[in-house]
Amino acid sequence: MLNVIWAVMILISFVCAVFTGRMPQLSEAVMTGAGNAVELVIGTLGMMCAWTGFMKIADAGGLTAVLCKVFHPLLKHLFPDYQAGSSALKAISMNMAANFLGLGNAATPLGIAAMKEMQKENPHPSVANNSMVMFVVINTASIQLIPTFMGALRAQYGAQFPFDILPAVWLASIVSLIVGIIVAKLLQGRKKEHRLR
Amino acid sequence: MESFSVYIIPVVICIIIVFGLVKRVPLFDTFIAGAKEGFQSSVSILPSLVGLIMAVTMLSASGALELFTDLVAPVADFLGFPAQVLPLALLRPISGSGSTAVLTEIFQNYGADGFIGRVASVMMGSTETTFYAIAVYFGSVGIKKTRHAIPAALMADTTGYIMSVLAVNLFFR
Repeated sequence: MLNVIWAVMILISFVCAVFTGRMPQLSEAVMTGAGNAVELVIGTLGMMCAWTGFMKIADAGGLTAVLCKVFHPLLKHLFPDYQAGSSALKAISMNMAANFLGLGNAATPLGIAAMKEMQKENPHPSVANNSMVMFVVINTASIQLIPTFMGALRAQYGAQFPFDILPAVWLASIVSLIVGIIVAKLLQGRKKEHRLR
Repeated sequence: MESFSVYIIPVVICIIIVFGLVKRVPLFDTFIAGAKEGFQSSVSILPSLVGLIMAVTMLSASGALELFTDLVAPVADFLGFPAQVLPLALLRPISGSGSTAVLTEIFQNYGADGFIGRVASVMMGSTETTFYAIAVYFGSVGIKKTRHAIPAALMADTTGYIMSVLAVNLFFR
C-alpha cells in the first residue's frame, strides 16, 4: 500500500508544481527533504538512546514483570476465553506491559507469542476468534506511558516543554482504547464458534 | 500544567534508577546495552524516513498540501477539526515513518507549541500504526479473516483524533 501512496505523493507534487509554478521550490525540496530526514534522526538519536537505556534498566529490574502482574487481573475480563495463569493470558500480559513501557522491540515478539498461544485452541485456524481480535485492537491503540519519539521530535522542533502534552495524550489514549474495546465487544456477535468457552 | 508535566520525566527516571538499585541491576552496563538497541532502531528507520520526508516536503513545496487543506477546510471547520492535521490523520494508521514525515512538516509550518502543533502531537502520541499491527499479528499465525478487527481499530483511531482536539482545548486554553 505504501508503494502506491509514495509514488502518488511524488507525482501529485509534480503535477501541482506545474500549475502553481513552484517547480524551483519542488526541485529544492527533493534535496532539503532528504537532508531533513538525516538531521531529524541525528537530532532525536540521543534522546532515543537515553530512553531505551533507561527502559532496559526498568526491564532488567523486573518492572515489566510487576506491570504484568498488575495487568493480569484486568485482562482476565477482556479475555474470558482464558483462565488466570494460562500461558495465553501470560503472553498477553507481557505484551501489554512491554507496550506500556514503550519497549517496542520486545512487545512485537511477545505479541506474536500471544497470537501463537491463542491460535493453538482456535477452532478455525484461518479465522480470527474474539480474543484475537480484542488483542489486536488493543495493540492498535497506543497504551505507551511516555511516547518518547514524539517528545524527542517536539524538542527537535523547539517545543519549550516537549512533554507538556502528556496529560492530553493520556486522556486521548485512554478514551480511544475504551472505545476500541467497546466496539470490539459490540461487533463480536454471539456466535459460539468464535469463542472457546 | 507545565509545573506538573516537567516533573514526569525526571520522576520516572528516578523511579527506574531506584528500582534498578534495589534489584541490584548493573545500572550503567544495562543502560549502555539498551542505548545500543535504541541507536540501532533509530538508524534503521533512516532510509524509510529519507524517502517519506522527501515526498512530504515535495508535496508541501508544490503547494499540494495547502490545496488539500483549503479543499477540506470547510468540512473540517464545520466539525471543529483543524484541517491542517488531516493529512496526518490519513497517514497515521498506514505508516509510522510517513506520519513522522507529516508531523515534522506540521511542526515546521505551524510550530510545535501552537494549537495545530499540539493537536498533531497528541494525535501522534495517542494512536499507533494500526494497519501495521493488524498485518504483523494476524499474519504471524496465518489468519485470513480478521472479522471486526479493522472497523473496531479504526473507530478507536477516529476517537483518538477527536479526543486530541478536545484534550488540547481542555489542557491549553
